[in-house]
Amino acid sequence: MPEVWIPTTMQSLTGGQHRVQVEGRTVRQVINNLDREFPGVKAILYDEEEDDLQTGIAVIVDGEASQIGLLERVQETSEVHFLPAIGGG
Amino acid sequence: MLDYKPNIVLSNQEYNVVGTRPIRPDGADKVTGKANYSADINLPGMLHGKVLRSPHAHAIIKSIDTSRAEALPGVRAVVTSADIQKPSGRASELAEGAMVNYKFLSDNVLADGKALYKGHAIAAVAAANPHVAEEALKLIDVEYEVLSPVMDAKEAMKADAPLVHERLAGMTTAAIRAGGVLDDDDPTNGTNIANHFEFRLGDPDEGFSQADVTVEKEVSTVAVHQGYIEPHCGTAQWHEDGSLTVWSSSQGQFTVRDYTARLVGIPVSKVRAIPMEIGGGFGAKLTMYMEPVAALLARKANAPVKMAMSRTEVFEASGPTSGTYISVKLGATREGKLTAASASLIFEAGAFPGSPVPGGAQCMMSAYDIPNAYIEGYDVVVNRPKTSAYRAPGSPAAAFAMETAIDELCEKLEMDPIEFRLINSSKEGVRRVTGPLMPKVGFIETLEAAKAHPHYSQPLEGPYRGRGVASGFWGNNTGPSSAVALVHPDGKISLTEGSPDIGGTRASVSQQMAEVLGIPMEDINPQIGDTDSIGFTSNTGGSGVTFKTGFAAYTAAQDIKQQMIERAAKLWEVSPEDVEYENGALQHKSDPELRLTFQQLAARQTPTGGPIVGRAGVNPGGAGPAIATHIVDLEVDPDTGKVTILRYTALQDAGKAIHPSYVEGQIQGGVAQGIGWALNEEYFVNDQGHMVNSSYLDYRMPTSLDLPMLDTVVVEVANPNHPFGVRGVGEVCIVPPMAAISNALYDALGVRLNSLPMNPGAILQALWEKENGANQI
Repeated sequence: MPEVWIPTTMQSLTGGQHRVQVEGRTVRQVINNLDREFPGVKAILYDEEEDDLQTGIAVIVDGEASQIGLLERVQETSEVHFLPAIGGG
Repeated sequence: MLDYKPNIVLSNQEYNVVGTRPIRPDGADKVTGKANYSADINLPGMLHGKVLRSPHAHAIIKSIDTSRAEALPGVRAVVTSADIQKPSGRASELAEGAMVNYKFLSDNVLADGKALYKGHAIAAVAAANPHVAEEALKLIDVEYEVLSPVMDAKEAMKADAPLVHERLAGMTTAAIRAGGVLDDDDPTNGTNIANHFEFRLGDPDEGFSQADVTVEKEVSTVAVHQGYIEPHCGTAQWHEDGSLTVWSSSQGQFTVRDYTARLVGIPVSKVRAIPMEIGGGFGAKLTMYMEPVAALLARKANAPVKMAMSRTEVFEASGPTSGTYISVKLGATREGKLTAASASLIFEAGAFPGSPVPGGAQCMMSAYDIPNAYIEGYDVVVNRPKTSAYRAPGSPAAAFAMETAIDELCEKLEMDPIEFRLINSSKEGVRRVTGPLMPKVGFIETLEAAKAHPHYSQPLEGPYRGRGVASGFWGNNTGPSSAVALVHPDGKISLTEGSPDIGGTRASVSQQMAEVLGIPMEDINPQIGDTDSIGFTSNTGGSGVTFKTGFAAYTAAQDIKQQMIERAAKLWEVSPEDVEYENGALQHKSDPELRLTFQQLAARQTPTGGPIVGRAGVNPGGAGPAIATHIVDLEVDPDTGKVTILRYTALQDAGKAIHPSYVEGQIQGGVAQGIGWALNEEYFVNDQGHMVNSSYLDYRMPTSLDLPMLDTVVVEVANPNHPFGVRGVGEVCIVPPMAAISNALYDALGVRLNSLPMNPGAILQALWEKENGANQI
């Protein structure tokens, strides 16, 4: 199963766990399954009105920042990270 | 005369056009004054706009009376915040993924209810000429209730500090998103801390317990400006169908389109944003100030309006970078292996949330393999202009802390600073403190090049002379990009791309197309499209253009290539599978008689099927991070505190230098700005929150007379995610200079300077305090 690294500031929602394995073949499915196990996670990561990741959050799958967010494919052995987005100059 | 080679490219793969140094397509027009910048726009019946700015750093706007100004002959329109759209304070999302809070953007463009910094726009006037507009500003009556300003981030974090925004939502809970305003029914008190986030890897306490040596320190930096030559300027003209044309100087015409559309209340398809040539941006022209105001005035006056900032307005009312406080602690074994690190970063955001503290926190330790670490960041609002991006936003201040701490650690360990970095350098597969694994990057190769460089082994003798080393990391960005290429019958190409060209990217993008097609770069005429003539392209920022728009040009060239193969097959009455394209010519795979050059087939495109147009809309991932290591020699005049840079060598992984001269130019430019940031530049702000050095006479930036030849070494460790191996080069070059210079000053003086700028006054004070026994300042 893909492994999600939980941001430090969200670990209160996962009982202190900083890595969680959840089913999912896309980032969207991973977030939905994560929220079933740890209610409240989705509200932080997902913007329902825009049907997208919340503003300011970047998702990194296997070391690369995704350009397509929720639609990004996730493999069985993938690592998924949610980080504050960084703006360039 | 130099007795050494100032610029070196350590190439590992050669191409025909990529890696060469053709003359830039826009160069002649720029040096002969023919290129058109934003202020060069002049339209029939055009009016001139001016902005009334707050004389106070923090004040309630009790009333604005514009009647006397409106009555002045020649005045055609006056606008205030009452005329601008009022979006909600919820952090919202642009359609294409950029981040902006439109309430804050609107309130920054025209103050709503409160003036939040000296220079904050209060009202604007359009008149027949600039002089009448300026006179009219004096006739606008504003009643203020002056409040105490809070100018410093640490002060602003205190419980009894004046609140910049009464309803700012502080993200100190589990959320990691950017700040916004509290909901109306939320009883939570407002705060100046817009965001607080943390990263933790491994067990920092356990890591420090394994350390034989530790270093702990705090550094501070003050606000500096990007210092671009061309002030912000925008011109707006409405049309009878309700559409709007905007000409401006920006790092992204699509951002101008989207922001302006939202703030004047029309759909994006009704705005045509035309990018003019840009006289520098360095991140600060990723946002905007004048365009929506010009549009509001133009609508009211029913005439085109041009608005341009003065230099003082640029300093007081555009976006400098943050002042910061950064504390760091490092632990290492006697053998020099880092066991743990921790850091706390406090960044001033200016009057609205959104400092570059996320960038600082995520870059600070990324060059190193550290098993246990903790980083926290604070984004704090103060009564200063809203900060904007500046080259590798956040990373230079963070590196000032990290890289000077490493120097102190090396001193304690009696270890060579490059050797220490080689022992601890990150590489592909190493876990970053922020979690993800490091992709392929050339830190080790860059350090080895530094170690082998003649500069590093050159003896440096004499009193008050010192050598410093520092490294830096920047993640680089990418994003969507578009390119369209028209093949002319004479074999030349008109290439329209979506990225405004700041640093020579017309050349670096065209070269990638030329390489694919096997033609000279000079056969391609690149231009930057407006928002109605090219597909969406994300901003020129994040060192991303040569990567993403180069990718678009590469893809469009492949499109042309495929179309030409099909046309040749049609002409020769063979299958396209039997035709190959190589070295600028089409060739039948088995019949050597069937051959056409690119130019020959271009001439026959109409009878073989019509115009050949190559196009690409891409959104490539994998920009690949950038790493740099700098070596600096300097000399201090002990009587005046003046620092002379004797020699400077900057080594950087560029992936593949498409046009080495422009890579070297980017590196030299970043170093020059870094030297200014290190030694001289700062916003002098008085106790009322007023900047008192808002001109280039008093804001000291380095000139060519202050600097030696800045030597560069371009190390090429190809980015596997780009067809030619490109990784961004424009930002990481500004990350190491402040730390390298501070380390060199310690080598020269035996005193650590931990606050920027390290100007003559600070250096003299350091020398005096050293005489009195102190060794930190």
